[in-house]
Amino acid sequence: MANSKANLNTIRLKTPITRTDLEGIEVGTVVYLDGLIMTGREGVYQRILGDGMAPPDDLSRIANVNFHCSPAASVNDDGSFNVGAVTATASFRFAKWLPRWFEVSGCRVIIGKGGMSEAHYRDIFVPAGAVYLTTVGYGTGALLGRGIVEVEAAHWLDELGIAQAIWVLKVENFGPLLVESDLAGNSLFEQNNRAINAQIEKAYEGLKPPALSRYGETDDKTQELI
Amino acid sequence: MSVITIAALDEAAFQIMCKAGIEIPEDYRQGIEAMSGEETGPLSCFVLESMLDNWTVANNDRRPMCADTGVPRYYVKVGNEAGIEGGFIALEAALRGATARATQEVPLRPNRVHPLSRHDNNNNVGINAPEIEWSFEPDADWIDITTVHKGGLFGTDYRMLFPGDGVDGIKRFFLDTMVAFGKRGLACQPAIVGIGLGGSKDTTMVLGKQAACLRTVGDRNPDLEIAALELALTELGNSIGMGAMGFAGRSMVVDTHIEVGYTHTGGMPMSVHCFCLSSRRATARLFSDGGIAYRTDPQWFTPYMRRNSIGWPTAKQISTQSG
Repeated sequence: MANSKANLNTIRLKTPITRTDLEGIEVGTVVYLDGLIMTGREGVYQRILGDGMAPPDDLSRIANVNFHCSPAASVNDDGSFNVGAVTATASFRFAKWLPRWFEVSGCRVIIGKGGMSEAHYRDIFVPAGAVYLTTVGYGTGALLGRGIVEVEAAHWLDELGIAQAIWVLKVENFGPLLVESDLAGNSLFEQNNRAINAQIEKAYEGLKPPALSRYGETDDKTQELI
Repeated sequence: MSVITIAALDEAAFQIMCKAGIEIPEDYRQGIEAMSGEETGPLSCFVLESMLDNWTVANNDRRPMCADTGVPRYYVKVGNEAGIEGGFIALEAALRGATARATQEVPLRPNRVHPLSRHDNNNNVGINAPEIEWSFEPDADWIDITTVHKGGLFGTDYRMLFPGDGVDGIKRFFLDTMVAFGKRGLACQPAIVGIGLGGSKDTTMVLGKQAACLRTVGDRNPDLEIAALELALTELGNSIGMGAMGFAGRSMVVDTHIEVGYTHTGGMPMSVHCFCLSSRRATARLFSDGGIAYRTDPQWFTPYMRRNSIGWPTAKQISTQSG
């Protein structure tokens, strides 16, 4: 980015991504991708892992980068595709599927929104040698859309619909993405949470307690909802 | 009396659907530009700079600024003297038609599904979708149609507060919502935060959403006490220590808008709504002579909308009084 005053480390990675590619990459690094990536979310996980259906192709051959995304796309009358913008959907909902997904798919990179917990990184990502890249904003749909060179395939469009189908995308300079978890299982979000939590009570200073307490309420502002 | 034609409504509705999805409103862009200048957290700053880049690309490429193109809905303000070809039923059909057409042609993401079966018509149209909210304006023969494509999952909450909670209670609930949904940037902040205060529970939710989606950055409520609270809450939100995407920083709230409604004497219901980094809104005014004018300020909260009186003087009554 021209004239950025943020001045973050920036790298480019080519798919398929190897473990060596990911070694030494720190959280907070800006990443741009080249190669093939695939979208896949609960519909795909349910069919392959939940219902035991055969994937439409050898998953490791499709792409080893799994994007938690539903594109703003449409199918033209001639069967071609029109993908305008792509952005991520919140990933923490899919954590339960990931241990087996990594096993079955050979995936090394999850791209999504919001990341997962450090416990998930430690227990699921680290053993699989995988990292999590978060989209930025989260609304950089046009920038990411511009990075899509072409749609290689769209699997299970009829069965899952546009939002949930497997979109195989050929990308170039696809980003910006931020390294949210590294191979050691550190989380950029949780590092920032810890820094913010240390001062959060200051914002509440001097406010009287609520008139009515509620079941299920937490007063611990260091908690998060995911 | 001349009427506003369905052809004009079709065209205007389609155009605002495209504009909302692609063009960031100028007031919001300027708000983010100012925040990125003041942001000291490097990660939060990077996010804001990326968003500014993204909006330029969206506009140049004519592609949606965000792929989660929200759940399209409409706000229609009908001048009391306006006539519509085919009446209100035809107008609603035109808005549903424009939604389906824009979903295919922009394209927008077909986000709308049946809540249980999850069936998707792939056109953002379905049962009770898109929502169409109505209001009226005295002494006018135009129709304003505004579309808003707001994201649906995070950054909104409701709480029944009580008079004893006072402004402290308002601040506490505001902070709770910012902190809860700000972490990891689930609210897609910095956001325009809309607050509904008073009314019945449903009114509170409706007012808060309208406050977030239908007022521009920098606009103040005409009630001075409410206007001061708007500014105080913006400052409070930006003092948490949290910025864009939940990274350390201060960019949480671009602006706060509060709308109120008279409420039960024992309660003070409140809602908080975050309109995200892709604040998608666009308005068209259809004139009785066939003209169409586009803008990004919905001008929804007119003095008539916020009236506190039983009746409303006609233009004739006002001119007689002032004469």
